[in-house]
Amino acid sequence: MPLDASDLGAIWLTIKLASLTTAILLVLGTPIAWWLARTRSWLRGPIGAVVALPLVLPPTVIGFYLLLALGPHGWIGQATQALGLGSVVFSFSGLVIGSVVYSMPFVVQPLQNAFGAIGQRPLEVAATLRASPWDTFVNVVLPLARPGFITASILGFAHTVGEFGVVLMIGGNIPDKTRVVSVQIFDHVEAMEYSQAHWLAGAMLVFSFLVLLMLYAGRRGKPGWS
Amino acid sequence: MRIRLSHMAASALASLICLNSAWADEVQVAVAANFTAPIQAIAKDFEKDTGHKLVAAYGATGQFYAQIKNGAPFEVFLAADDSTPAKLEQEKEIVAGSRFTYAIGTLALWSAKPGYVDAKGNVLKKNEYKHLSIANPKAAPYGLAATQVLDKLKLTEATKAKIVEGQNITQAFQFVSTGNAELGFVALSQIYKDGKVSEGSAWIVPAELHDPIRQDAVILNKGKDNPAAKALVDYLKGPKAAAVIKSYGYEL
Repeated sequence: MPLDASDLGAIWLTIKLASLTTAILLVLGTPIAWWLARTRSWLRGPIGAVVALPLVLPPTVIGFYLLLALGPHGWIGQATQALGLGSVVFSFSGLVIGSVVYSMPFVVQPLQNAFGAIGQRPLEVAATLRASPWDTFVNVVLPLARPGFITASILGFAHTVGEFGVVLMIGGNIPDKTRVVSVQIFDHVEAMEYSQAHWLAGAMLVFSFLVLLMLYAGRRGKPGWS
Repeated sequence: MRIRLSHMAASALASLICLNSAWADEVQVAVAANFTAPIQAIAKDFEKDTGHKLVAAYGATGQFYAQIKNGAPFEVFLAADDSTPAKLEQEKEIVAGSRFTYAIGTLALWSAKPGYVDAKGNVLKKNEYKHLSIANPKAAPYGLAATQVLDKLKLTEATKAKIVEGQNITQAFQFVSTGNAELGFVALSQIYKDGKVSEGSAWIVPAELHDPIRQDAVILNKGKDNPAAKALVDYLKGPKAAAVIKSYGYEL
């Protein structure tokens, strides 16, 4: 077996982190995307820009601010301590918070595009049939936006798996808590354990290719992320 | 007009020559993260005294090893240990005979809080802290030394769940300085200025608690024909650099 227990631990941790992050982002991201797709408020621009920020910011910037904000002197850190949760830096929950921030645009933007593509008409039709807004959302919008949800889930999951800089800044490299696959690979390379690095890095490459293949093959010529 | 043109040509030529000489006298140095502050001080004197230019990159020694093996353009390597330069020598990546010890590192247990660390390091045995920050022991010699100290003090088991790792000694320092870890093993050079600990509180770890952190320097093959590389190594062996190195808490 070329992968040892710590490699398998890192893989399991990464899957756990990516799944939880994707689930949280689908819950949080759906209302944000819905609002962004439908609103005419002037806030649409600024909020859309904030959501998209992680696309362009280097992970070191996000990691650095998270380290300060989540730390004992930061405002989130003070809040979590006041709530008796202690500091979340160097913990799995800290990584989840970081990943939610970091992968946010990869979930919100496909959803926003999918919601936007539905248009006004199906909603108006549903309304004339006396469907309540909730009924409309669950039975009209969600089925129509299904491809968007699939894309959002795949991208959110895959992007979290590929996360490195943020984890490096706030993780502390703790086995089974914050040492994810990307950090484990970096460790192997630094320790000159190239054969182990190869196995893990190769697995990441195959995984990433398969994910993108799923995305592009399932799309059949539709452009964009919806 | 003709005069002006020839004048312009001459000055263009002159600036080309200047550029060329500046290029030839530049030395690319890979510097172990713990030596960041001293090399910056040394670089200033070195540039003033010799006219050469020093371009430094900072990182973990293991990481530099991988980069050098893969063709990184470094000409001089100031490592944080002696085994990596020795390995490079075996693998014929360095100028034969250029390896020497430029500093012996000192490990310190440090907290950003004044008065938190006592003079004997007994704070380690108390169970009052949540996180103990160290550098990655696989890649950073100061991290390895930290684990040796914990072993000697029979604290390895007790601290296991509290250890957080920075990828290099700079990050180990950063976790402590931002207050995210109450305690950490750092290089004395990071917290030492002009003969004393400049902030927070620290225990200077006795040298017998870990293997000596011999920091070796080498001229890499890429620097073989660069006079600035040779000049830098000579400068590091000189008294002026030695004074700076000592002032940051290294032994020589």
